[in-house]
Amino acid sequence: MDKVLYGIRDLVVEYRTRVGTLSPVDHVSFDIQRGEVLGLVGESGCGKTTLGKALMRMIEAPGVIASGQLLFDGVDLMQLSRRRMRELRGSRISMIFQDPMTSLNPVQRVVDHMTETIRVHQPSTSLKAARARASELVDRLGIRQSSLGDYPHQLSGGMRQRVMIGLALALRADLVIADEATTSLDVLVEAQFLDLLRELQAEFELTIVLITHNIGIVAELADRVAVMYAGQLVEMAEVHDLFRDPKHPYTQGLLRAVPNIRLGRDDLYKMPGSPPNLIAPPRGCRFNPRCPQVMDICRVRDPAFELVTPGRRVHCWLYQDQPEIVSEKVQARL
Amino acid sequence: MNAPEGAGTPSQRQPLVEVRDLRKWFPVQQGVLDQILAGGGEHVRAVDGVSFHIDRGEVLGLAGESGSGKTTIGRLVLRLLEPTDGKIIFDGLDITHLKGEPLRELRARMQVVFQDPFASMNPRMKVGDQIGHPHRILFGTNRAESRTIVEKMMEQVGLTPASQIYERYPHQLSGGMRQRAVLARALVPHPDLVVADEPIAMADVSVRALLLDLMVRLKNELRLTYLFITHDLATAKYICDRIGILYLGRMAEIGPLPMVYSRPLHPYTQALLSAVPVADPNSRRQGTIPKGEIPNPINPPSGCRFHPRCPIAKANCAVDEPELRVLEPGHAVACHYAEQFL
Repeated sequence: MDKVLYGIRDLVVEYRTRVGTLSPVDHVSFDIQRGEVLGLVGESGCGKTTLGKALMRMIEAPGVIASGQLLFDGVDLMQLSRRRMRELRGSRISMIFQDPMTSLNPVQRVVDHMTETIRVHQPSTSLKAARARASELVDRLGIRQSSLGDYPHQLSGGMRQRVMIGLALALRADLVIADEATTSLDVLVEAQFLDLLRELQAEFELTIVLITHNIGIVAELADRVAVMYAGQLVEMAEVHDLFRDPKHPYTQGLLRAVPNIRLGRDDLYKMPGSPPNLIAPPRGCRFNPRCPQVMDICRVRDPAFELVTPGRRVHCWLYQDQPEIVSEKVQARL
Repeated sequence: MNAPEGAGTPSQRQPLVEVRDLRKWFPVQQGVLDQILAGGGEHVRAVDGVSFHIDRGEVLGLAGESGSGKTTIGRLVLRLLEPTDGKIIFDGLDITHLKGEPLRELRARMQVVFQDPFASMNPRMKVGDQIGHPHRILFGTNRAESRTIVEKMMEQVGLTPASQIYERYPHQLSGGMRQRAVLARALVPHPDLVVADEPIAMADVSVRALLLDLMVRLKNELRLTYLFITHDLATAKYICDRIGILYLGRMAEIGPLPMVYSRPLHPYTQALLSAVPVADPNSRRQGTIPKGEIPNPINPPSGCRFHPRCPIAKANCAVDEPELRVLEPGHAVACHYAEQFL
């Protein structure tokens, strides 16, 4: 079996609005390995949620996947019919959102939601067998059997999120995309959920894309990390490498800007400015106006997302050969 | 702690805010039939006997999960809610049931910053006009008079160039700038106390540090006192002098922040601190997390409210409600068996 479960190639998502076209996902390429937890971190508006939805081809108007390939388990999802795509959603790629209340049907009991989901995707399953599967799953998820008869509003936030992951497990999805799945949970409930996710991942050999703004959660759970800024991936590395030795100036700043409860009360790094408006992103590298190590070339030309050491890609001129011609042009302009 | 101007007055020694045995019970909406059958109204005991003080110039943090009562306490101190029982003393004056003109005068001395800067600004009013709005209401100034004061404050919070940003509307500002504008609006009346309810929870990670730093700087420059309400224990560490940990409407533990964080005495505080995800893959969380979730505040557990989830609970914890006890200078805890952690 190929190690790579999902290859994303040069993906561009565009939103065509009255004030202009913006690309919250701008020429993004990366691989998702089988059985890994890939953390996708970034601030609000960086495009991480759009990227997550694009992985399921769920971009809604006025958004559109403008170009790129989505090579899921050897098949380019861009070539699939809408019907084939719908069959694949939920059964092979599943998504958990921040607010489970909006993903669960408010007038459907938990057990009905689970059995229906199973039977829609696997029509040969009998109602009895589907019920039995739901009942088994609920035990594994730490949900009381009696909750099977509850409606979503009768469950706590933590329990609702467990139902959501249960739906993914019920269908044995290959890939689970969790988008800020713990953001609305309290810290103890969040920790419980993360523990459960870690256990289930090992047990069912799940592949998980963990989309979050919380760097602590990524450090807690991820095997590899992709850092996103203004619609682009700026750094991707194995989790220990990234935290020990961040290469991109944005990653460096971000890690030093996050309050850490275990360390002393050192000064936090105060990153200047704020993330750019994607309708008119800065010329050159999009991080250049906030970058402490900005060079001339950064203001005119966008660097590539290149492999700089084994297993690590960085979107930064500091680690790439600067093309001579461009340098001269920059000289001339100055 | 920095003494305020006019040192030597008797008010200098006493805390700016003192809260004693504060209670707020919200009646539960019920149908007529339920009321007859249940024989009377049930209550959500959002705040159920909380005491603390805030010294002048200090930052007191109140932390807890949702439903702990932290936001309700903030609103009670501001007198936006009527307390069910207890006392609130502000600068030596009992304000628990203050009404009318005296309450209106008090409003200028205590201001609030909410979590969502977008929801707390008027989308159709110029940023500068709304920053000056409380000032005009409280002191009866007109726009022209307040403009100078507003622009000065805008510069102080980093909204520059002030004269240009004054003319903008909220949607034209970035998230960080909106949060600064809300802060400026709270500070224009020169309050003594600022209640900050999750003031930076909505801000992006990369701009949070700047906002925290700004809040600390303004506190020193303008001699402010903060009540800092948060669910984020890591952020609290960078601004609070003391911290109170709330659980189901009761104070579980309160003390100087370094003391509470380095040696938490309440099992709930210990669990909370160990559950916070840390940005270091080498120190992934080990220990176990208490099972279950925060119980229903209509019918809180008997005795110690944490006992059904507590790893060290003994039989009497289900019966006797623990009082806050001072176990080391300034550090109090509501647990029968906290001594073992000293």
